[in-house]
Amino acid sequence: MESAIPRKRAAIIGSGSIGIDLMYKVMRSHHLDLSMVIGRSPNSEGLAMACELGIATSADGIEFLARHGNEIDIVFDATSAQSHRINDQVFRKANLLAIDMTPAKVGAICVPSINLDSIANERNVNMVTCGGQASVPLAYAISQSFQSLEYIEVASTIASDSAGMATRENINQYILTTEQALRHFSGAGMAKAILNINPAKPGIDMQTTVFAKGSYECIEKVRASVRQMVARVQRYVPGYQMVLEPIESKGHLTMSVTVRGSGDYLPAYAGNLDIINCAAIAVAEFHSACWERTAA
Amino acid sequence: MITITDCTLRDGNHAVRHQLSKDQIRQYAEQADAAGIDIIEVGHGNGLGGSSALLGVSSIDDRQMLETARAAIQHGRLGVHFIPGLGKSTDLELAIEVGVDVFRIASHCTEANITASYIEFVKNQGKTVYGVLMMTHMAEPNVLAKQASLMAGYGADAVILMDSAGHLTPDDVRWRIQAIQQLTETKLGFHAHNNLGMAVANSIAAVEEGAQLLDACIKGFGAGAGNTQLEPLIAVLNRLGYRTQCSFEAVAGLAYTSEHYLDCLTPHIGAANIASGIHGLFSGFAPHIKRAAEQFRVDEFELYQLLGQRRLVAGQEDIIVETAVRLSTAN
Repeated sequence: MESAIPRKRAAIIGSGSIGIDLMYKVMRSHHLDLSMVIGRSPNSEGLAMACELGIATSADGIEFLARHGNEIDIVFDATSAQSHRINDQVFRKANLLAIDMTPAKVGAICVPSINLDSIANERNVNMVTCGGQASVPLAYAISQSFQSLEYIEVASTIASDSAGMATRENINQYILTTEQALRHFSGAGMAKAILNINPAKPGIDMQTTVFAKGSYECIEKVRASVRQMVARVQRYVPGYQMVLEPIESKGHLTMSVTVRGSGDYLPAYAGNLDIINCAAIAVAEFHSACWERTAA
Repeated sequence: MITITDCTLRDGNHAVRHQLSKDQIRQYAEQADAAGIDIIEVGHGNGLGGSSALLGVSSIDDRQMLETARAAIQHGRLGVHFIPGLGKSTDLELAIEVGVDVFRIASHCTEANITASYIEFVKNQGKTVYGVLMMTHMAEPNVLAKQASLMAGYGADAVILMDSAGHLTPDDVRWRIQAIQQLTETKLGFHAHNNLGMAVANSIAAVEEGAQLLDACIKGFGAGAGNTQLEPLIAVLNRLGYRTQCSFEAVAGLAYTSEHYLDCLTPHIGAANIASGIHGLFSGFAPHIKRAAEQFRVDEFELYQLLGQRRLVAGQEDIIVETAVRLSTAN
């Protein structure tokens, strides 16, 4: 019975577009209770929205969380890589499960469709990048159906309005983190990540294309492996859609997905924000379920 | 004095699917340098870090290209093109180490703020930095003006406007430059493509409005229908009284000597290039569109039209195959 499970208490630090989109997702979760949304600026639009929804807010940043650490179990950090490194000290002290939305890579990296089970004992989980959440599952499915994988490349295009200043100032970090996750999960010796920003109005859906080079026995086997993975991702990201099944083109195997968001805060085309947030919710809910089992 | 950037060894790489060899780079860089070219730009067609499955794998890596050109250039300056999101900061560090003089940091015409940290980084290394706005036909003059002044604010020594689709007409160029000059006093440059036969005329319009830097390629050797052809550009500039460091005679000589090792049949404005220009698509898409139309047996022009409707930016080459497959299954 769902109502019998005590919900875990969650906080969100960072009241930008990622944080506010997360707020709606946490509120909808049957396993989580949103205790507070914390920002840095009293004029934050996001804090005002949280306040209107009756959620406790503070503009005192990490200091506020340090004072109220005992009131929560899970914290989503949607600040910046730089801030996360500092915030993490506070999270550890309060023994919180930290779900890191920044590319700081302090903790174990997680792509729920691949390694959710392996992070049960982690206290800091990094959500890679939006492009990583969209592409790494495909890269992993490919690596499972290839005999050898030499090279993985990922090109993502996101709508201009969905790329906030943090993303724009940190494109380099985005690329490095995505490439690292691609290598880590696929085992490919070389990986390249590319990010395009498209300003078309209305906004275009996030689209991610994966190119793979290596040897495989049968393309139908690869397609089956990829289809299975797409279905796994769809369990926590409803808007994840294959738009180009694996085909051979220019010496590579090529496939594309689009990610349409649920439109919680930003419009539905901002699938890039949706997918990383859906993945974070999957991690939080998984941990709640684990605690439940341990407690029982 | 108009500063000429010769993009033959960078934009020209689009025309040969990024297969320019070490020998070609060495010979052309030497001869262009001797001809009095101010800035010689070298690299993959899409710049540093461009070699990829998405855009085409180059025959030699960035380091080899740049080292070869560096050794060949004595008088002029060596330049690179860099697009954040495609290249990484390690690519810039490599170029600095090799001794590149001029860094042209580029973004789509409405996304200038992604260049800020890179412009500042290269500027702090004491290098010349130009901001580059690509696909400028996709932004209204007032929008473009704000983007150009952002780049100037980050510390760019000049801002180059690229007509990457070869879509603009001379008046379009004039309005854009006039709007920018209302907002900032930064030095301006112009980079044309010849899809609609307007490259030289657009470049002249740009200097008449006050642009001080122009891009060109020998025989127009570049993406799509090619870039502004260097030889007639110098001829017209000089006839109109604009001074350039390289003379018409020198670049005419360069056109003859480079014939022997650079297989650049003067780019010709094919019907596909006109479709590209009219639909406002990046000139570098041409070979990708041709190949996808052949592989998936769809009409090349219908593909141009559909892609134009999706308002693609440079770097979205992956959408070409996806759209071609979609079209082939719809038929």
